[in-house]
Amino acid sequence: MTTTHDSDTSRSPQTRHRARDAFDGTRVAITGGTSGLGLALVRELLGRGATVAFVARTRDAVERVAAEDANSHGVVGDVSRKEDTHPIAMQILGALGGLDVLINGASDLGPTPLALLADTECEDFERALATNVLGPFRLTKALLGSLASSAREGSGAVVLNVSSDAAVSAYSRWGAYGVSKAALHHMSRIWHEEIAAEGIAVLSLDPEDMDTPMHAAAVPDADRSLLKRPEVAAREFADAIAAALPVRAAASELMATEFPG
Amino acid sequence: MIAASVPLQRPPDAKLLVADRSGRVRHMERSTLVGLFEAGDLVIANDAATLPASLVGRHLPSGHVIEARLAGRNSLALDQVKIFSAVLFGAGDFHLRTEDRQLPPQVQAGDRVALGSLHATVASLLDHPRLVALEFDGSPREIWEGLARHGQPIQYSHLPERLAIWDTWTPIAGPPVAFEPPSASFVLDWNALASMRARRVRFATITHAAGISSTGDAELDALLPLDEPYRIPASTATAIGTVRAQGGRIVAIGTTVVRALEHAARVDGIVRAGEGLATQRIGASSELRIVDAIVSGTHERGNSHYELLRAFADDETLGRIDQELNAHAYRTHEFGDSVFLESAHRGSRAVVPRSAAA
Repeated sequence: MTTTHDSDTSRSPQTRHRARDAFDGTRVAITGGTSGLGLALVRELLGRGATVAFVARTRDAVERVAAEDANSHGVVGDVSRKEDTHPIAMQILGALGGLDVLINGASDLGPTPLALLADTECEDFERALATNVLGPFRLTKALLGSLASSAREGSGAVVLNVSSDAAVSAYSRWGAYGVSKAALHHMSRIWHEEIAAEGIAVLSLDPEDMDTPMHAAAVPDADRSLLKRPEVAAREFADAIAAALPVRAAASELMATEFPG
Repeated sequence: MIAASVPLQRPPDAKLLVADRSGRVRHMERSTLVGLFEAGDLVIANDAATLPASLVGRHLPSGHVIEARLAGRNSLALDQVKIFSAVLFGAGDFHLRTEDRQLPPQVQAGDRVALGSLHATVASLLDHPRLVALEFDGSPREIWEGLARHGQPIQYSHLPERLAIWDTWTPIAGPPVAFEPPSASFVLDWNALASMRARRVRFATITHAAGISSTGDAELDALLPLDEPYRIPASTATAIGTVRAQGGRIVAIGTTVVRALEHAARVDGIVRAGEGLATQRIGASSELRIVDAIVSGTHERGNSHYELLRAFADDETLGRIDQELNAHAYRTHEFGDSVFLESAHRGSRAVVPRSAAA
């Protein structure tokens, strides 16, 4: 299932080489990292040389994914819970020492099966907002100091929030999800306006309809052959992050030296 | 002074006492702090996030309840989380002043302690019966998870409510390596950083594992500050060189920044990037080679933070500052008001050669 960059035949060798190097030594945190797009991003970025800490709720799943690669660090936590924010941030920073890239990938679909807004329980709506809006807000805020520090060091810093076309279009029965993704998208834009001066880029990208467990929960009878592979979306997202990071050579010129004595 | 009793990092009515290098004192609203910085100055803060360093559990040989407050570490290296120095307390919670707390049981090297999901061995006794080196079982990942899940921020008896971890992280908090908050940085928010940028005031950070501030035991407090590891980023070292060569001031946000920078510069007066272990005490006889001014909390005479201020100003000036702080009901402790103190010695030190500052 792991897609390495070498299997990508759509690029010139030179482009491939640069894209791979772009993540050498880059410290990346990914929420929702044991399933769907999040898992594909964990594997894609590890394949390109990043050190990755990923977050998910289920200990078994976290341990299974962590066992795939020694350069990955699993963190058990629930981004929708305020009380988990700092324990998650602390474990990410404890594993990585700092942070260059944060990907808020964990998502909640709202009620399943999908429901009309009029039939949506308040609790389901709240859970979607907590996971898709408040969680990314809190975790980004807790990690902003580390991201800004990375930016000052010339390593760049990127926050990538996973968006959806449901953030823009008013799809019937996608109310809780669509509203929360619309809020996340707008939050990303405002945050980008405000912290670009700190050297932090905030991206909001739509991966399009993918063949993931979440999509299966939303549209159980979808023709999976028409859906995008999450590995393809992960590759596109990794390229977008690389494009937003400065060229790595600039960072290596700033390598720390030891003190005398 | 009165103790700050609400854990608000930036209360709208926070006060700032300003003492310039000739010892003139005035009072300002702290929200106007950035107005004190001039174009070409470099403001440096400690970006350490605060660990939940208070771990409650049991001393297994005696079965007694203990609280272990992690207090120090010798390196910031990622895998160096096995051994911490720690101060032990007996039963009782933060509503009791530390000096009124029960004493912990007598411990010996080799004793086992259970602290939530964390288990540790007393590796050695340090310079006091309550100051020990704790060696945790498990991998760094397990230790981080245990600290993150079981640890609580160190509490203060002058606060009526229990502090949550988010009360202790400064807005700019990065690596979680401080044992108590580098609370001088509470003054900074992202709006202040934007204001500095607009005024062409530079901003940089260091990471310094700020240790425990007091234990309630005079003998233990006399050992403070413990050795503190710190890391100076390359961009910060470069900015210090540039700003000094151009005649700008180096403004330290907090005593930990002073300790780290002056330690880094101890050999030849130049701050280089990298990690170090600050072991020195700063006091009246210390020469400040790097820092020109400090923003700090208000400190009570006698503690190590107050001692550090004596490197900036003579006792006559500090005495007048004390009188002013008391007369104007400044709040003290972690969530209190602030002082801005310019070094009386600025301008008297040797100019750095340009080549060394490049």
